[in-house]
Amino acid sequence: MSPERGSYADPAVDYHVEIAFTLNGAEVRIRVDPAERLLDVLRYRLGLTGTKEGCAEGECGACTVWIDGLPVDSCLVPAVQARGREVVTIEAVDPMRLRPLLESGATQCGACTPGVVMTALWILDHPDLLETHTVRELMAGNLCRCTGYDGIVEGVLEALEATRDTEREPA
Amino acid sequence: MKVEAPATLDEALACLQAAPLVPLAGGTDLLVHWPGNLEAKAGHYVDLWALDELRGIRRDAEGLTLGALATYWDAIRDSRIREEFPILVQAARQVGAIQIQSRGTWAGNVVNASPAADGVPVLMALDAVVVLASASRRREVPLDAFYTGYRTTVRRADELVVAVRLPDRGNAVQTFVKVGSRRAQAIAKVGLALARSEAGWRVVAASVAPTVVRCRTVEAALDAGDAFAAPEDLLPLLREDVTPIDDLRSTARYREMVLARVLWHAIAEAA
Ligand SMILES: Cc1cc2nc3c(=O)[nH]c(=O)nc-3n(C[C@H](O)[C@H](O)[C@H](O)COP(=O)(O)OP(=O)(O)OC[C@H]3O[C@@H](n4cnc5c(N)ncnc54)[C@H](O)[C@@H]3O)c2cc1C
Ligand code: FES
Ligand code: FES
Repeated sequence: MSPERGSYADPAVDYHVEIAFTLNGAEVRIRVDPAERLLDVLRYRLGLTGTKEGCAEGECGACTVWIDGLPVDSCLVPAVQARGREVVTIEAVDPMRLRPLLESGATQCGACTPGVVMTALWILDHPDLLETHTVRELMAGNLCRCTGYDGIVEGVLEALEATRDTEREPA
Repeated sequence: MKVEAPATLDEALACLQAAPLVPLAGGTDLLVHWPGNLEAKAGHYVDLWALDELRGIRRDAEGLTLGALATYWDAIRDSRIREEFPILVQAARQVGAIQIQSRGTWAGNVVNASPAADGVPVLMALDAVVVLASASRRREVPLDAFYTGYRTTVRRADELVVAVRLPDRGNAVQTFVKVGSRRAQAIAKVGLALARSEAGWRVVAASVAPTVVRCRTVEAALDAGDAFAAPEDLLPLLREDVTPIDDLRSTARYREMVLARVLWHAIAEAA
């Protein structure tokens, strides 16, 4: 590739760096190899295996987590870039919020589900997004080989509807 | 693998002056298949992601400045951009999906230099200027002079792109069309950005040459007021401007025909 690439693979040198970030509300401090992705650190260093690896190339969204409130593919984030950021994973999700998704058939084999849920809940937390986007467009980065997507889209729409109903009820 | 983590732009430029490091922005190009990529593992990177001075989009009397870390999502959520530079938003919404849009940067798209890029054609149609900085100097290069060949650019190893600037031209026409295998998450088989301002027509095509290119023969004809009765009438001009090839995504013949048709319809709509 580009000739400007330097070589830093000296086995005698330790290139690990210490990083600190917020993970699901708690402070994490950990030494990482610069070659580790956020996905690797979550799954294999911190034991949070809810986040899945599908494609390792940003296509499937199974590895979706939030960084500073936005969905990202954790397979494309070098762990060192989590430094100082707020990371939220599927482990932080309140299971009660999953009901509309379960009831609409948004999950079958479940491989895509943690990622789907992270994007779906982000949409639910920001209903104003639907002024410019459809649920389908916002969910386009989460591939699912089972459901045919209708269940996912319906689940999100129903959950949005349910949120609106609760808001309308007098306190 | 080694990653430098400068806290300021000056520190980052000093790192690059000392060694030819690979700049790392949103990582959506660089990290694809990173775990199995031995070349990536031997790399020495400079992480730009913490450099807040490169973040954000600024609008002033001269135009629009996209900081080097401005993402697609930053543009999509900006109501002024939606109004004044709608093709930026149209293109941004077709780059991957939210997970890519939230991290992918305009500057990364420019430097990655893919002939199939979606950010580059719309920026080029709006006469974007690439602002480069090294420890010792700053220079500006028009985006249409930034590429020297397939995936090569005028950027020197000690330089960073610090911003992409768009002049304020009040573009009356702005159209972006991406033809891919499917609507979401596809790489362009043919891309077209069309704009018209006081500076004249801009016709920029993607995936039909070693770099994203301006179709200057077509631009000159449009500026001269030429009309085209059918898409086929554009072909002789386009053949002066583009050199499509057969590859895994499409064929040269398909690309040429589709570009002519898409362009013809875009011109017709703009008229
Ligand atoms: C699933 C998926 C879908 C995608 N879809 C599309 C698409 O539809 N259309 C499209 O155009 N692209 C697409 N991309 C490619 C990519 O998202 C874009 O090119 C993006 O803009 C790259 O920006 P980045 O910040 O992530 O770049 P990085 O990966 O961080 O860097 C890309 C290149 O630019 C260099 N670089 C970055 N910033 C600077 C700087 N400031 N100065 C100097 N050099 C710099 C890096 O060294 C590297 O060579 C897709 C990628 C994925 C994984
Ligand atoms: S594993 Fe990250 S997008 Fe597929
Ligand atoms: S439920 Fe099986 S991939 Fe989505």
